Amino acid sequence: MKYKDYYKIMGVARDATQDEIKRAYRKLARKYHPDVSKEADAETRFKEVGEAYEVLKDPEKRAAYDQLGADWKAGQDFRPPPDWDAGFEFSGGGFTGGDASAFSDFFESLFGGRGMGGGMGGGMGAGTGGFRQARGGGFSARGEDHRAKILIDLEDAFEGASRSISLTAPSVDKEGHVRTRQRTLNVRIPKGIRPGQHIRLAGQGTPGIGGGSAGDLYLEVEFRPHRLYRVDGADLHLDLPLAPWEAALGAKVKVPTPQGAVDLTIPPNTAAGRKLRLQGRGLPGKNPGDLYATVRIEAPPADTEDEKAAYRRFADQFDFDPRSRMAGRGTEAGR
Amino acid sequence: MSERHSRETATEITGFILEETTTLGLRELSSACAVQAEHIIALVEEGVIEPVSYRRRKWQFTGASLTRARRAVALQRDLGLNIEGAALALDLIDELDRLRSRLRAIDPGS
Repeated sequence: MKYKDYYKIMGVARDATQDEIKRAYRKLARKYHPDVSKEADAETRFKEVGEAYEVLKDPEKRAAYDQLGADWKAGQDFRPPPDWDAGFEFSGGGFTGGDASAFSDFFESLFGGRGMGGGMGGGMGAGTGGFRQARGGGFSARGEDHRAKILIDLEDAFEGASRSISLTAPSVDKEGHVRTRQRTLNVRIPKGIRPGQHIRLAGQGTPGIGGGSAGDLYLEVEFRPHRLYRVDGADLHLDLPLAPWEAALGAKVKVPTPQGAVDLTIPPNTAAGRKLRLQGRGLPGKNPGDLYATVRIEAPPADTEDEKAAYRRFADQFDFDPRSRMAGRGTEAGR
Repeated sequence: MSERHSRETATEITGFILEETTTLGLRELSSACAVQAEHIIALVEEGVIEPVSYRRRKWQFTGASLTRARRAVALQRDLGLNIEGAALALDLIDELDRLRSRLRAIDPGS
């Protein structure tokens, strides 16, 4: 088990006042709140900060933690001294900071009563008694909800997909010991799902305590970036490169869509940046999205003498200044 | 340590898209958010979520309301916001999500 430096996690000094700790917590909670933050490790950081605050905001727990000494380094191998909490009475104020089931082994070993079981029968237990009772005794609570993110490919939204999800959930046995239970769920993801949507699996979260109902499992779906398509809600966007003559003269070109290539008619004098809509070719569903092909015009390089000559003839034939609209007030408009 | 209570189960479950398929009553919604019904009523009064049907005894909510209500409750609890603050934060988060999605559609590198 690794030592956790709760002061470092919160970015406060060891002698910070309770007010300073609260301010630091609020600031970090806003920054890493999973509903607000888009940082990749937001959920982990948020839990870490919640755990640190759980200890530091409570003068009893903070004093007990401080008693471990200031010489520990974060990540250092840690084992609580046998009687480290002698003389501390945790009144079991309960968790207020959300997902208590996600707290670390380090937290559990200090405040959770886990690890007190094996080989330490007899006289032990007085220290963490109050707390353990609050968890195991005559009290019932609804289990925690679980949230997990799943990454799928765009193609999965068209065909549906299966994902295997491993969940580790603590459960409390009759003696009040916390045990970890591994569950694997095979979840069928329905077709037509869109990025940011959720799959709710009622009753698949943490089991309730003392007869409370189980929590729910929420899967938030995100899409892996796709080589060709970008997703905006139900719509797909695609860059469509055209040769200058295709754009100028009009053409019929093959455009890939997730359901297979289609023929698209390019009207004459199609400008770069123009969006051509393929109705109903976006993500499937009750209201299927559209696919937008944004025209990009790619000019071939002039490498050979013939190619250079072709470009020169081209230049001779046109009275064209691509920068005409750049001319500002007071300057000649380049023609 | 006894392994009595640890077991490995593999279950095949069909997921449903919360935003599209679910409708919930007031009691279900409050239970899914782990709050009292009064809390949900306050969220409706603040305009954070809207029932599909307005008759109070038969309030029905969509799955999208569940996502919003859960977020509002989490923001209130975790950041110490009042209901008005949570409502504002939710609107801004929605706007941010829309803009980010639009930005990704234009510029895949973002």
